[in-house]
Amino acid sequence: MRLDPRTGQAIARIVLWTLTIITVAILVFIIVFILRRGLPVLSLEFLTKNPVDMGKAGGIFPTVVGTVVLTAGAILIATPLGVGTAIYLTEYTWGGPLTRIIRFGAECLAGIPSIIFGLFGFILFVTKLKFGWSILSGSLTLAFMILPTIIRTSEEAIKSVPPVYRTVSFSLGSTKWQTVTRVVLPSALPGIVTGIILSVGRSIGETAVVIFTAGSALRLPTSIFSSSRTMSVHFYILAREGISMRNAYGTAAILIIAILGINVLTYYLMNRFIKKYS
Amino acid sequence: MRNDVAIEVRGFTQYIGDVRKIHALDLDVHRNEILGIIGPARSGKSTFLCALNRLNDLVRGSRHEGTIVLDGGDIYGPDVDVVALRRKLGMVFATPVPLPRSIFENVAFGARRAGLRGRDRLDALVRDCLEKGGLWDEVKDRLGMSGLKLSGGQQQRLCLARILAVAPEFILLDEPTSGLDPISTMKIEESLRRLKKDYTIILVTNNTKQAARVADRTAFFLSGELVEVGPTAKIFTAPDDRRTDDYLRGKFG
Amino acid sequence: MGHQGKQGSGRRLARNDRLVRLALLVVAFSAVSVLLVITVFIVGQGTPIMFKYGLKSFLTGTSWYPSEKLFGLWPMIVGSLFVTAGALVIGVPFGLACAIVLTEFSSRRVRRVIKPVIELLAGIPSVVYGFMGVVILVPFIRETFGGPGLSVLAASIILGIMILPTIISISVDSLQAIPPSYREGSVALGATKWQTVKMVLLPAARSGIVASIILGMGRAIGETMAVIMIAGNAASVPRSILDPVRTLTSNIALEMGYAAGEHRQALFATGVILFVIIMVLNTVANVTASRMKGTKR
Repeated sequence: MRLDPRTGQAIARIVLWTLTIITVAILVFIIVFILRRGLPVLSLEFLTKNPVDMGKAGGIFPTVVGTVVLTAGAILIATPLGVGTAIYLTEYTWGGPLTRIIRFGAECLAGIPSIIFGLFGFILFVTKLKFGWSILSGSLTLAFMILPTIIRTSEEAIKSVPPVYRTVSFSLGSTKWQTVTRVVLPSALPGIVTGIILSVGRSIGETAVVIFTAGSALRLPTSIFSSSRTMSVHFYILAREGISMRNAYGTAAILIIAILGINVLTYYLMNRFIKKYS
Repeated sequence: MRNDVAIEVRGFTQYIGDVRKIHALDLDVHRNEILGIIGPARSGKSTFLCALNRLNDLVRGSRHEGTIVLDGGDIYGPDVDVVALRRKLGMVFATPVPLPRSIFENVAFGARRAGLRGRDRLDALVRDCLEKGGLWDEVKDRLGMSGLKLSGGQQQRLCLARILAVAPEFILLDEPTSGLDPISTMKIEESLRRLKKDYTIILVTNNTKQAARVADRTAFFLSGELVEVGPTAKIFTAPDDRRTDDYLRGKFG
Repeated sequence: MGHQGKQGSGRRLARNDRLVRLALLVVAFSAVSVLLVITVFIVGQGTPIMFKYGLKSFLTGTSWYPSEKLFGLWPMIVGSLFVTAGALVIGVPFGLACAIVLTEFSSRRVRRVIKPVIELLAGIPSVVYGFMGVVILVPFIRETFGGPGLSVLAASIILGIMILPTIISISVDSLQAIPPSYREGSVALGATKWQTVKMVLLPAARSGIVASIILGMGRAIGETMAVIMIAGNAASVPRSILDPVRTLTSNIALEMGYAAGEHRQALFATGVILFVIIMVLNTVANVTASRMKGTKR
């Protein structure tokens, strides 16, 4: 029995739209669910007060600090490495075995699950190098985790700078380095920044790596060698140990708001970038 | 080398990969002249310009034979400061390419790279160059505007001003008016006539009539070789070589 | 300004340029070096114990009792594979459906709203997904289907949802990259939109879609936190989708905090096995993908 194509299409349409609506509904539901229970918990106090009783009451201030410091550290380490790699791959080489090795390395790194990074950070930074569970260990490990993303987005941004700009720069008597820093990088900046912001979002949500490298101390960190807890780790512990569902929702809410805010910012920046060059 | 010869090209051959773009070129460029270079496509005209400021060095697989002597030394010598060389020979390209910055910054770009600092000096320099390029009156109130917002003809004059800012001795132009309207073309040709007294100008053009209007001497390139060179009037009325005559009559090209 | 510049300045320029190049080369090798270090450490820590107890017993042993020096990873291997397969079973149909609807069956306005929403949702942390599983999905499964609720089913569903943004994003890009002439040609032959999708567009976007699935698979098999929260973590081979399960990733995460000595080394060995399985899966998937590309006309 051959199905009349119109009927076939009608059925397909119904099935496809049903699946789509379910998908979008589920995703929206998650956000609404968390925010509905978590927003009432959020307040300036919640974010700036210290936790009481292992987080059963009080605020989440140390975790906010921990998240900011850890993420900032990761970005500070990964950005020069990542942008530098991207510059090398696009401006200083033409392919060949060396380039392929570097690209292969970056791609493999991108595919490694976060738990393996956690293991790596634990054995190298925490144990062998004796940094202990610390912001230093955490930032270093997170940095290498986000490195492939920064390399990839920076490379794309640099490649999209029109080649004539380079020619013009050289013909006006610039050195190669001047051309890279004065012409190529400024034009590629929006794309590079987008990649960085994306990585910030990823770092904020990362849990497995952080637990194994920065530990989960709930105190306010005093140095880069202090252990520290991030908001996502705090949320995980609160939820898993059942310490305080209320505060768990609050933490989750601020996490989601931060990450969604970052993604919106990225989207907005990307649109401006596209508008500027088309 | 005679005093009035600014550049002396001897036996110059340029390869890009396996392709021989220029073959055994012997050519003199006289000081403070406008030398026009005409010829059909693929005759090596643009390649020659890019050889003069060593822009060809940036192309993968480029190599050369022969010498180009400028100011007493081969520009391909081992001690040559390529960056300074490129400032000495400013180049204007066929398609105007303003950098994505303000008009002021476009003109100041090269000077800044050469180390010029100080707002006053930069202001004076930018004004001077824009005047020489014939653009000052049109943009003097909006120097902060992006260079990309100018019309095609204005952009090209901006590019001209831009290279003047690095105080070159030579101005190389590669089909600078090929996409421009007649008025912009005329303005640029006027500027070149004015600039001739301070600079030596080499103008590659697809438009033989432009060479006839502007150039003091004209050279005819064909398939990477110099066919003949001489005073423009002679080339256009009584060329020595049959091929020159055929090209000018439009029998090929 | 003499073009020859200062004495030897041409050489100095060239030398400076070489220095910059060298510095950047060193920087560029950072990614490769890190990869090497990771491999060396994980393999270095994990392989000795595998050889001590025998590779076969590690891979096929069904009992994991570190206190009694029993290190059988088979339940976890099965667990990882089941859960990943389940995630794909859920994620691919829903994801592809969304991608098709977004590119072919919706107006520009709808697309401009839904696509960013989906991309925003790619940023939700995995612990939040796990939490949702615990609070809503697990009780639901327990009440509707019986069993502890913490199960292969729960993990598959949550992981399937987690990989949706990946599959949708890349598939949408692949579909949008198809030149309009394909669609126009098909419609000109009298095909309906669905027929066009089924017979022209999906095959044309095949490599991109497969790439998105491979990426989704990679994310699913590497996921740790969400799985720990909802899969039950029983170190035994699951017999039905309602049974609790432990994956290779959870194995590591659950016990690393207190493991010592050989136990810790065994967890590194788990990491090695995970690494290898991911490489194998990626290679198989990529080979299949390129073979599909090869036979496609």
